Amino acid sequence: MTAAAPEPKATMGQPVPRYDATAKVTGRATYGSDMPLDNPAYAFLVTSAIARGRINSFDLGDAKRVRGVIDIVTHENAPKLKESKLFSNGGYAGTTIQPLKSADIAHDGEIIAVVVAESYEAAREAANRVKVSYSAATPSASFDSPGTTKAAAKGQNAQFREDPQVGDFAKAFEEAEVKLTASYDTPTQHHNPMELFSTSCAWMGDDLVIYEPSQYVYGLKNGVAEQLSIDADKVRVVNPYVGGGFGSRGSMTPRTAIIAGIAKGLNRPVKLVPTRDQGFTIATYRAETRHEIKLGASRDGKLVALRHEGAEVSSRADAYCVGGTKTTTRLYACPNVDSLVSIVRADRNTPGFMRSPPEVPYLFALESAMDELAVKLNMDPVELRRVNDTTNEPIGGKPYTSRSLMACFDAAAKAFGWSQRSAAPRSMSDGDWLVGYGCASTCYPTQMGPSAARVRLQRDGRTRVEIAGHEIGTGAYTIIAQTAADRLGVPLEKVSVFIGDSDLPPAPVAGGSNSTASACSAVMMVCDQVRQKLFKAVMPNESLTDKAKETVGIGQTPTTQAAKSDRPLDLEKAFDALGASVVEEYGEWKPDGAPLDSFKAMHSGHVRLVGGAALKDKIAYAFGAEFVEVRINRLTHEIRAPRLVGAFAAGRIMNPRTARSQLMGGLIWGMSSALLEATEIDERTARYVNDNFADYLVPVNADVPGVEVILLSEQDDHINPAGAKGLGELANVGTNAAICNAIYHATGQRIRKLPVRLENIEA
Amino acid sequence: MRSFSYQRATDPGMAVQALSADAAANNPLTQATAQPLAGGTTLIDLMKLDVMRPAAIVDINPLAQGWSAIEPGSGNLWLGALAKMSDVAAHEDIQRNYPVIADSLKLAASAQLRNMATLGGNVLQRTRCSYFRDVSYENCNKRNPGSGCAAMDGVNRMHAVLGTSEQCIATYPGDFAQALIALDATVEVTGRSGTRSMPFAELHKPPGNTPEIETSLQPGELISAFVIPGRWPRSVYLKARDRQSYEFALSSAAVALDVQDGTIRDARIALGGVATVPWRARETEALLKGRKFDDGLAQRAADAAFADAKGRRHNSFKIALGKRVVAHALQQAVTMEI
Repeated sequence: MTAAAPEPKATMGQPVPRYDATAKVTGRATYGSDMPLDNPAYAFLVTSAIARGRINSFDLGDAKRVRGVIDIVTHENAPKLKESKLFSNGGYAGTTIQPLKSADIAHDGEIIAVVVAESYEAAREAANRVKVSYSAATPSASFDSPGTTKAAAKGQNAQFREDPQVGDFAKAFEEAEVKLTASYDTPTQHHNPMELFSTSCAWMGDDLVIYEPSQYVYGLKNGVAEQLSIDADKVRVVNPYVGGGFGSRGSMTPRTAIIAGIAKGLNRPVKLVPTRDQGFTIATYRAETRHEIKLGASRDGKLVALRHEGAEVSSRADAYCVGGTKTTTRLYACPNVDSLVSIVRADRNTPGFMRSPPEVPYLFALESAMDELAVKLNMDPVELRRVNDTTNEPIGGKPYTSRSLMACFDAAAKAFGWSQRSAAPRSMSDGDWLVGYGCASTCYPTQMGPSAARVRLQRDGRTRVEIAGHEIGTGAYTIIAQTAADRLGVPLEKVSVFIGDSDLPPAPVAGGSNSTASACSAVMMVCDQVRQKLFKAVMPNESLTDKAKETVGIGQTPTTQAAKSDRPLDLEKAFDALGASVVEEYGEWKPDGAPLDSFKAMHSGHVRLVGGAALKDKIAYAFGAEFVEVRINRLTHEIRAPRLVGAFAAGRIMNPRTARSQLMGGLIWGMSSALLEATEIDERTARYVNDNFADYLVPVNADVPGVEVILLSEQDDHINPAGAKGLGELANVGTNAAICNAIYHATGQRIRKLPVRLENIEA
Repeated sequence: MRSFSYQRATDPGMAVQALSADAAANNPLTQATAQPLAGGTTLIDLMKLDVMRPAAIVDINPLAQGWSAIEPGSGNLWLGALAKMSDVAAHEDIQRNYPVIADSLKLAASAQLRNMATLGGNVLQRTRCSYFRDVSYENCNKRNPGSGCAAMDGVNRMHAVLGTSEQCIATYPGDFAQALIALDATVEVTGRSGTRSMPFAELHKPPGNTPEIETSLQPGELISAFVIPGRWPRSVYLKARDRQSYEFALSSAAVALDVQDGTIRDARIALGGVATVPWRARETEALLKGRKFDDGLAQRAADAAFADAKGRRHNSFKIALGKRVVAHALQQAVTMEI
């Protein structure tokens, strides 16, 4: 295990402790459901016990007799709400299935009633006493169920515009010296973060405040306003801390407008804290996927043909897909590439973002196939990646802004002891345990979005930074504070950060690993505005920009020769010259290539992320390499992964401590996605069965005794002013393939379906 | 969870009386209107899930003074029903002379749960069948007698292959009970007519046609103690599971042996994770007794334990797994240094 606060290397910030660490460990951090409300009513959800059909009737008599019940809201008396479009179609919603609209039921666990009472306990008891009569129809659960439909993603999902292709795949594959065709499956998974999917809605006249864990306060604010048909300026979303996001809180769920509508009707704040099992059905999830990979290579390992066909499950209502072929077709040098993504519609809720949405399932397929190809070629899998490393992506020929994939492989291989591996399967063991080593590449697109910020500097150096970013556990407070302190040259402890409030200047969704790059670029820009204002006050005749950049390091010694002729800015004098005690600046930043409507969209809660493969003349990704050791008990076939080692390069590392923490969590989750996590569906009823944390397994400490994170220096001046590539979704990609590759090495058995459990090990 | 009354029982008589309230109603004990509360680690969960809906909770923790002793005597080990799992697992005499007991407790649940849960509650822990624990599934013969079994043809990876019936395949989830049944423990029960003893093996009832009846306890009866005869220093508890800790067994084996000069004089085997009740593998024991131990014998003995096993769609693997676990546990027990 590496140190919690790794020594910074070149292009890294300081590993300062978390801004919010004390508040969190002492319980003073306030999450959505901690917010005090004035005389709230408590809501408890009733969810459907069928996945498809209709509600015939409710019997509410028993429920209404519970003391303290105020109202029971069903489709018969629910507040009328406007429908929101799916986020990918210009709306805000993560699903267009709107509960309580009619007697129809479209998926398991859909909200069918909301009990409101004077206490949580009364609401829960009454909810337990609601009796529902259904007319159930036979649902289609998943890929193999009768009644599903399958069609290409292109043409039905506005965000999936192309199936990447180049060259002549069919001919090249036909003529390839070495060929591989293999199919891979990944399961349904749920994020269901520690903080439940709560929401509290409080009206003050026509103004609504929502306390809710959200990864996008501007999206939620605008979305709820749209559903309630009120002005977005009347809605405020507040969440200074979010107890985990992982994508599940990126888009609006139906619960919020429902609770807001009920609160309006009652003229009283309403607080909803759903149960853990309800979290499996009232929010989004990672849908199951299937893949076919075809690889053709020359004897020396050079890829000549690559085809990736993926299929994903979505709901009847929405054509959600992750479409990871945009990454897998561009990862390696290969002149002939083909791909196709399809969507299979079933009677399920609409899936949504889950940490590294495209890359986790799609790189499982590609990185498993690369390992299989290495075996066919009798080649070290690290060397196969080296042979196919590239400076330009093959589809459009655009150069990577920086790419340290092989540097990561070399660093991680060394730390792991890859050279100790004997290549033959089943050749390593330790007592009762077969030992296997495996590796895989990881990558994640570098994305940025338009963002605003407000910075206030006082005469005494105290600084206040405001931005509607999100602290989902990643370290947003910390790196925003560090960025402002560095840029203004004020001590870190003088910086206060305010985020998680839609009354603050807009920031993008905390998704797609864009937050650091977007927020820090905006904060840097606005800090420069502050410095320029002060500089202008003391040196009104000088040209501003360059000088200001060098000299107005408040309280700092100038660092360049040119600047040394000026003295460091005396803050007191500057404020005297300005004739003010406070400088406050607001600014809006957008990345190169962002569309013209970026700023307008930013305020109305629409994200305009740019980056990854979608950049015009370049392609920007962060890279990493992961190595794992698995051990398989000869007798019980239990599978354990005692060592996970990853090396990562992601441009400027703002804070090695928070970066390491995110990457370590990623490695652990990646292992978990290979060996433990799957939401089981009863095919007869299209219902989730293990919808609780006793049966949906995630790792415990004893499962992850050895996790090592290596941060590589990487400078990239072509991505954003902060020079940072997002890394929040980097480390849990490829781990699943590395695990299966290690299982192959330990046992000689190739497993292409996740999760791998002991019954899948043959001998 | 539904509203309930709460009462602290300060002596056994008071507890028994409070729990006997609807003795005449002939309800299955698990659906009795009054339920005892000890550690609460199962009962409160099931109340929150609306699976158990007692109208009255009788808190028996005040009885701990008399009912939580751990007494490794000369001939018998006496364990009070209100002893905490963690205290028993950490007891030096038990670790030395009854490793199968210490390990079965130590490998169960999490540290926090073991600190709360009592031995009596532990052996009465109810099944983890997802369909049983989710009241939105109507078909559960254990919860709604006569309603059918959703697990039978549903997702049944965790379910039982031994002791099943056409009405129920729910697995008995505990670990400690395997050690007790293997060691011929006696359970001491306090009820309306005083205290009685019965073999632990008679405590749990296989589902048969009445899966709602899980034990032979009578209304008002409480487990007050367990008595384990003899000493079993050569004993192990082996547990195979999906993750390294805090997880129920896919298959487990409690094995206690008396070996002299390579010959097995006595063998006690019980299986967990694979059966509807704590499961004594007497066929396996019979094959082992009086024989010289070798791997072939271990394999034959393990096969015998699963001769009547019946797998279903997702849990058939437990038959092969269970055999390997038994064989592995036998090898461990034979080779362990005592």
